[in-house]
Amino acid sequence: MTNQTCLNTSPKVSDEIRKTTCYMCACRCGIDVHLKEGKVAYIEGNRDHPVNKGVLCAKGSAGIMQVNAPSRLRAPLKRVGPRGSGKFEEISWEEALEIAEGLLRPIRDQNPEKLAFFTGRDQSQSFTSLWAQDFGTPNYAAHGGFCSVNMATAGIYTIGGSFWEFGQPDWENTKIFIIFGVAEDHDSNPIKIGLSRLKERGSKIIAVNPIRTGYNAIADEWIAITPGTDGQFILALIHEILKAGKIDLDYLSRYTNAPVLLNAETGLLLRDKDGKELVVDKESGDLHPFDRKGIYPDLAGEHLESGMLHRTVFHSLVDQYLSPEFSADVVSESTGISAGKIRAIASELAKVAFEETIELPHSWTDFRGEEHTKIIGRPVSFHAMRGISAHSNGFQTCRALHVLQILLGSVEVPGGFRLKPPYPKPSTIHPKPHFKVSPGSPLDGPHLGFVHGPDDLALKSDGTPARIDKAFTWENPMSAHGLMHMVISNAYHGDPYKIDTLFFYMANMSWNSSMNTRGVLKMLTDVDRNGKYVIPNIIYSDAYSSEMVAYADLILPDTTYLERYDCISLLDRPISEADAIADAIRWPVIKPDRDVRGFQSVLCELGGRLELPNFINEDGTQRYTDYADYIVNHVRKPGIGPLAGFRGTGTSAGRGDVNPRQMDQYIENGGFFVEKIPFGANYYKPWNMGYQEWAVKMGLYDSPKPYLFQLYLEPLRKFQRAAEGYGDRQPPEHLRKRIKSTMAPIPIWYPPFEGEHVDPAEYPLHALTQRPMAMYHSWGGQNAWLRQIHGTNPLYVSSTQMKKHDLVQGDWVKLSSAHGSIVVPIAEMSALNEDTVWTWNAIGKRKGTWALDVDSPETTKGFLLNHLISELLPQKGDGYRWMNSDPITGQAAWFDLRVKIEKTELQKMDDTSFEIIESPVGKGPDNLSWKVGK
Amino acid sequence: MTMLPKKTERKLGLVIDLDTCVGCHACVISCKGWNTENYGAPLSDERPYGADPTGTFLNRVHSYEVKIDGKESQLFHFPKSCLHCEDAPCVTVCPTGASYKRVEDGIVLVNEKDCIGCGLCAWACPYGARELDAAEGVMKKCTLCVDRIYNENLPEEDRVPACVRTCPSGARHFGDFSDPESQVSKISRERNGFDLMPEQATKPVNKYLPPRPKDTMKEVDVLAPFLAPVADEPEGFMAWLDKKLDKL
Amino acid sequence: MYPASSLIIFTSFSGIGFGLLFFLGVGLPAPKGMLALIFLLIANSLAVGGLFAATYHLRRPERALKAFTQWKTSWLSREAWFAVGALLFMAIYGIGLVFFGVAVGLVGMVGALLSIATVYSTSMIYGDLKTVPRWNTPLTPILFLVIALTGGSIIAGLGEITLILLLITAITQVAYWVKGDTAFAKSETTITSATGLGKEGIARLFSPPHTSSNYLLKEFVYIVGRKHVSKLRFASLAMMVGVPIALLSVSVNLWFSLVAVICHLVGVVISRWLFFSQAEHVVGIYYGHRSDC
Ligand SMILES: Nc1nc2c(c(=O)[nH]1)N[C@H]1C(S)=C(S)[C@@H](COP(=O)(O)OP(=O)(O)OC[C@H]3O[C@@H](n4cnc5c(=O)[nH]c(N)nc54)[C@H](O)[C@@H]3O)O[C@H]1N2
Ligand SMILES: Nc1nc2c(c(=O)[nH]1)N[C@H]1C(S)=C(S)[C@@H](COP(=O)(O)OP(=O)(O)OC[C@H]3O[C@@H](n4cnc5c(=O)[nH]c(N)nc54)[C@H](O)[C@@H]3O)O[C@H]1N2
Ligand code: SF4
Ligand code: SF4
Ligand code: SF4
Ligand code: SF4
Ligand code: SF4
Ligand SMILES: [Mo]
Repeated sequence: MTNQTCLNTSPKVSDEIRKTTCYMCACRCGIDVHLKEGKVAYIEGNRDHPVNKGVLCAKGSAGIMQVNAPSRLRAPLKRVGPRGSGKFEEISWEEALEIAEGLLRPIRDQNPEKLAFFTGRDQSQSFTSLWAQDFGTPNYAAHGGFCSVNMATAGIYTIGGSFWEFGQPDWENTKIFIIFGVAEDHDSNPIKIGLSRLKERGSKIIAVNPIRTGYNAIADEWIAITPGTDGQFILALIHEILKAGKIDLDYLSRYTNAPVLLNAETGLLLRDKDGKELVVDKESGDLHPFDRKGIYPDLAGEHLESGMLHRTVFHSLVDQYLSPEFSADVVSESTGISAGKIRAIASELAKVAFEETIELPHSWTDFRGEEHTKIIGRPVSFHAMRGISAHSNGFQTCRALHVLQILLGSVEVPGGFRLKPPYPKPSTIHPKPHFKVSPGSPLDGPHLGFVHGPDDLALKSDGTPARIDKAFTWENPMSAHGLMHMVISNAYHGDPYKIDTLFFYMANMSWNSSMNTRGVLKMLTDVDRNGKYVIPNIIYSDAYSSEMVAYADLILPDTTYLERYDCISLLDRPISEADAIADAIRWPVIKPDRDVRGFQSVLCELGGRLELPNFINEDGTQRYTDYADYIVNHVRKPGIGPLAGFRGTGTSAGRGDVNPRQMDQYIENGGFFVEKIPFGANYYKPWNMGYQEWAVKMGLYDSPKPYLFQLYLEPLRKFQRAAEGYGDRQPPEHLRKRIKSTMAPIPIWYPPFEGEHVDPAEYPLHALTQRPMAMYHSWGGQNAWLRQIHGTNPLYVSSTQMKKHDLVQGDWVKLSSAHGSIVVPIAEMSALNEDTVWTWNAIGKRKGTWALDVDSPETTKGFLLNHLISELLPQKGDGYRWMNSDPITGQAAWFDLRVKIEKTELQKMDDTSFEIIESPVGKGPDNLSWKVGK
Repeated sequence: MTMLPKKTERKLGLVIDLDTCVGCHACVISCKGWNTENYGAPLSDERPYGADPTGTFLNRVHSYEVKIDGKESQLFHFPKSCLHCEDAPCVTVCPTGASYKRVEDGIVLVNEKDCIGCGLCAWACPYGARELDAAEGVMKKCTLCVDRIYNENLPEEDRVPACVRTCPSGARHFGDFSDPESQVSKISRERNGFDLMPEQATKPVNKYLPPRPKDTMKEVDVLAPFLAPVADEPEGFMAWLDKKLDKL
Repeated sequence: MYPASSLIIFTSFSGIGFGLLFFLGVGLPAPKGMLALIFLLIANSLAVGGLFAATYHLRRPERALKAFTQWKTSWLSREAWFAVGALLFMAIYGIGLVFFGVAVGLVGMVGALLSIATVYSTSMIYGDLKTVPRWNTPLTPILFLVIALTGGSIIAGLGEITLILLLITAITQVAYWVKGDTAFAKSETTITSATGLGKEGIARLFSPPHTSSNYLLKEFVYIVGRKHVSKLRFASLAMMVGVPIALLSVSVNLWFSLVAVICHLVGVVISRWLFFSQAEHVVGIYYGHRSDC
């Protein structure tokens, strides 16, 4: 009787599915691209893919709108108006390449350091760095310095791997999970899948975050911590569990440097003549290298030598942390967490770790030759990201968290936190920084790496920084990812030296990825006495009409992710699982409809033109026709190339000869390759000989590399000693004090720097940003579907502050920091730390960019906090303007920001100093009904 | 006639878990993508790059905050699409018969060819589950992906709504509520699945799972069960270690 | 609710038109010949013009005929049938009056009843919606009927009946507003019933699903200021009832009547504007709009 019509419930879905890898963020999910008549009809997750297992986030599904975005660049551009005007002329690729070659060749021949080549969040770093190395400039890095280098380095130095996409909680077994300072993260789909697994099993989730949205909103417990105080909170947890003895002594003895002896005089580790750390064997009481077969290191070991009693790392650690200054009662006020809550969490951790132990019946052999019949799991796990790392005390805080994990014996065990191959990997087998420049020739080695003491710093013979970003200098000795956020400022000031050409790829450095945006725009456009730009040449590769485009002289327009080859390589950032090794590709599932080229392919050609050794054949001709050619045919080390799968005859994994069909085989396999770690080899990886041998077989190491977790981080002590006056490489005077106080080898907490430099009474509030899950930095904003979800970003103000400032929903406030002020719309939030305000990151847009209307909400109401954050802290009386970065790694301290709010009648943003940029791509259409099938 | 069937053979619908939804909007966009390309007219966008973009979406995610005296405030993400009501007022008001509820599975659909775009059904729906497409002038609503769930061109495991397939947090479940043993019936029973606006008497098929209690951890004093100090007055490492080892 | 002008014009004009047709049908007055033609023309152009305006509200008017199919369940469909029926019967009745000078009483009565049924159906399109508490009351059809009859009676020149109807209009209208002002709060629909949240505390919208607007917000979440409302209510009452009473108590001459009708219509239009714009749809709750603002 109803009015039902006859319906075809089995319509054809598409002509063809092509499987490739998403690029709408760095998570690198597998996608099924449905095509109709060669056009993208629908994108969904690839069920077989190790990363996302079929699910897909909003950005991933909206990829279709990224490909048809009107903001896409159409052809190479040559600047014809002044910098920043947006006036360009479209030119041919031949002309573009000639211009680039014309700029770069003389630099390479005369002074390669005059090129600064910095790349954004792409994951072709093993490729771009090779190019830069061949070019010979020391000035190369990717974006990690302003992103999360604290997290990455603290992890690698401490446990040989990190959170992020380098490791994961054992989602299937963990019973209590604590997540610190995460809004979304790189591993976004896996985290969500994981959280739902925890929910299904009823595991407890505790969120430590001043803001309760997203992951934090679904947590069972919310800890509304005061920003910048996580270190204190973590050390209090350590204090409490230590006092109660709820730590894993066996684990500490066997797998960490807790039993290693410390030289009582120097604070350096005692080593044998081969440099191996020494421990006391519990049985015999004898001194042995830590990896001697059959010994059991004694945590309470002591060694008397020349009248000096050397004790263990563990001894120092316990002494340090038992001190009442670390107790819950002491830190409660500054962290904003009641002592009772801290104890409750400590108690819960202790209970789960030691009463709810998991035992798996795997037999395995450790690196001392001892055979075990089971694997003991401590089902407590942690995850953390920029909330703890993007502070000036971030490195130590991240380390503190790893120390807590280690004390609980919960790393690389069932139910705990597990690393993903090629991690674990000790920091000592990573390269060290290289910076030796010889005109006309390659650099002496890879740019970035891990320093282990003052000798490894990138300093010229006169002691000045070798690199334009001053990475690996006394200001930030362990800056393993470089400091992209300092490049423009340093180049502009000629400090440490002037450069000739800035070459950027895929980073919106004139907008949301810079601190002090206004200042940066000035530096990019400022001219010297001769009317020449202070930064003479800027080359930039983008795929869209971003804010940065207008500030370059030459634009190399990129393809989109569906139109190019890429590889997600084990030489770069992994997509492996804790139980498997995996890598993946992208390939052109559609053809570009315009005159654009994949950036990496362009580098292959530029490399050929400039005759960079790795990019030419013996006869001097261009070696790799394009990036795909490089991916398949480049050999890094014998048997090892960018992709680990389908090598040799197409069946070898890890090591193997070049396989000309490799790319096809990846495509046939759905765009990725996975290989499981053998059963039993998949836990305790750093010490498990089964794993070590497998890793060697796969080409992850050249020989087994068992190592100890570093509770005590000796390189820090080496820097401290230098600051104390030992050794011949000495820091400048003004840095001594800071090095001594911040570079403690056992994690400490100190207040974030901005709090010291600005008056907390005047700027009482903390200001944060969060990643919106449905938006990717600045480039989600051009997406017709996503921008409807996040087209504006209010400043969220706590209910307490709303009352205090007599504010109501919809009001506007003047938001000021010591650096500047902006006028912004507000919204109330009560699930927020009282003294914190925040907004979504990178929603605000510059008028005229991204092919949006000039009065689009992103430009009239959307705003960036970046205008309030400076790359340098305000002067404090010592005559110096300190970098707004972590003193150890140089990580940009985005979240140290302190602000005040004042109610204003002004209901409009003050955008007078940002003129409209002329759009090089025109404007988007007025209506959109995207349907490719009929 | 736009009468509701007395009874439908099955009751297909969704369970949405407010305890696990992280508010990522994945379901919103996968829905937009699927339904732009499939069933009926594309979901259009007006001024997509302009000052006031507005588009048709069949599923949207709101966020609500709950202030509780003496406790931390809580925040919830709340996805909402058509609930495929048993007593769907949107169907009975439709003057053209374009809106109907399917006898075989209870899915509420709009036959776009008959729709005059009067908007009445959207007025009648308490949940805001229907949106009139500005470009096409016809009413759009969640189809429960009727063109996926039976689609023989899709592998069996993919015959679920686009939003369910994509949800990274597993907060959306699809199934038949007429079968008490189905997964959706079971979780809805076990977790006290509830109706939105029960007073509107629409008898929604879709159920929402309430968030589990939050912030229940009790504060603990010094004598916490697992935190009894090793040594009453820890005097340095050795005292502590001795005691600790004693206890092992 | 968004006060669409097509709907305001439709309900106001067709209401009066059918009101007049009702009186013509029952023979109050019972003009013949030319006068009948004039009356019928006025009535029909109001009724048909209103209906025509209504089709502007349809996004696919070319399919409007489909709207006749669902008379069993849909008030809109019934309205269509009743309207056509009323116009048909009144046309026959009118032919009798104009050309033959006869009033076929039965046909007129049926036409009158159908006219009333049309207005009733129109009102029930709104009155039946549980989703709009302000509308979901028997007062909605009463108000629509009373206003339709009142307007019709002014044109019909019914003297005292008109005055009485005007008074009834005033009372009904005021009652409608008074009741309406608390209707949303009295309906059981709250943010807690809508979301299941807030049983433990106070729930409020934290962020809307999209920062951009959408069909629902434009159609259903229309906000009028409170100060605005009382002024408009006063104006509406004054124009719809006050002025006509004043004029008609002075004299019932043609010009006075004409001015009274026009004022009345203006008042009705204002009343209808308020009818729509003040009505809150429960979906507003999901978007953070509450009845107390
Ligand atoms: N206030 C504040 N500022 C921050 C942060 C914060 O938390 N708060 N976070 C910081 C962090 S961690 C990061 S990583 C940065 C991110 O900041 P950016 O790295 O600047 O990120 P995007 O905005 O994504 O800019 C990348 C550029 O790449 C372009 N692009 C996109 N796809 C392609 C492509 O396929 N090829 C090419 N060649 N270009 C492409 C985009 O158009 C855009 O111009 O922001 C930093 N800035
Ligand atoms: N959807 C989406 N995904 C992305 C990105 C994106 O733009 N969009 N960007 C990618 C990039 S480049 C990066 S670096 C990652 C970053 O991923 P996240 O680390 O998740 O980055 P943020 O959004 O900056 O989130 C920082 C979180 O830390 C919290 N926080 C700030 N200060 C403190 C503090 O002192 N203590 C604690 N406990 N918490 C604090 C903030 O409230 C916020 O929730 O995300 C990646 N993934
Ligand atoms: S998380 Fe989303 S945007 Fe990132 S790769 Fe996966 S699907 Fe793409
Ligand atoms: S949710 Fe709304 S549109 Fe869906 S069936 Fe119920 S009343 Fe109709
Ligand atoms: S808009 Fe279409 S589906 Fe809705 S009531 Fe009108 S005719 Fe029916
Ligand atoms: S079931 Fe299909 S149509 Fe309905 S909300 Fe989910 S994806 Fe959209
Ligand atoms: S996809 Fe899942 S988690 Fe994300 S908003 Fe939708 S229901 Fe919530
Ligand atoms: Mo980042």
